[in-house]
Amino acid sequence: MAITETEILHGRVNPDTPLEYSHEEGAMKIFGFWVFLASDLILFACLFATYTILKTHTAGGPGPANLYDVRGFTEETFILLTSSFTCGLATHEMRKGNRTWMSIWLVITMMLGLAFISLEVNEFVTYVSIGATMQRSAFLSAFFTLVGTHGCHVSLGIVWMLAILIQVIQRGINATTARKIFIVSLYWHFLDVVWVFIFSVVYLPGVM
Amino acid sequence: MSNLNENIQGHVSHERGMPWAHIIGFIISLILTAIPLWMTLAHSLTYTRLLMVILVFAVAQILVQLFFFMHVRESRGPRWHIWMLVLGFILTFTIVAASIWIMTFGAESY
Repeated sequence: MAITETEILHGRVNPDTPLEYSHEEGAMKIFGFWVFLASDLILFACLFATYTILKTHTAGGPGPANLYDVRGFTEETFILLTSSFTCGLATHEMRKGNRTWMSIWLVITMMLGLAFISLEVNEFVTYVSIGATMQRSAFLSAFFTLVGTHGCHVSLGIVWMLAILIQVIQRGINATTARKIFIVSLYWHFLDVVWVFIFSVVYLPGVM
Repeated sequence: MSNLNENIQGHVSHERGMPWAHIIGFIISLILTAIPLWMTLAHSLTYTRLLMVILVFAVAQILVQLFFFMHVRESRGPRWHIWMLVLGFILTFTIVAASIWIMTFGAESY
């Protein structure tokens, strides 16, 4: 396919090319974000290893079976799975150039994220109220660090998504904002993957 | 601007209609979550076997997120990010498996 001068000027190659990949810089930043995700994965690997080793060290305090509430963590899991789906739909609408629906799906994603965080805060408050604080045992230190780090990531994700949503409403969908939407959605899906492992490694074995 | 000729690899041309990839991915991810939950609550297997089955479902869930939601097949030029992910997964596995191994090694003597 021949490349015209206009295409070179605008950095666009192919009409099928998504906006976020249309500039060399955008593609590099997306790659850079994959590198970040790989390193963030290693952070969580360390926390998972710590939790797995320390989960039996309850120091006579409450253990996983006394604390974990099946209904609570199941709700958290399905809320986050659904938010990953709605975030994917936002990217889909962004690629169609539909700003209205993209914004609607992003708002729904943020609402689901807030619901998730409020359930998690409620869970932590319940634990602390019955004396299961972070200082109580090695198991609880590892639990609060792992699940709390994930919760911090989700909270940051909500703020980040809101900031980008405001920018898209102001400036519309262009190569820069499309790339930002794409990257924040990668982050959100990544957090869903991490949560699936918290569900599988922390909560399910705790209630077996 | 050396790779102006390189097209974006992967499947991006079907973005215009219904988001079927997302809908199918969402349904699979719900199933992959519901089965381990049900197996755990029904105490269907012994602890170790059940944990193995749950981990297989969790790994499958990673693949669903990567392929249906995260557009992992797309890149401009070679797919270097796949190698970053592979490296990340190898390090993750090493950190977790080796930590468990070294921390339980000889633990029975205490």
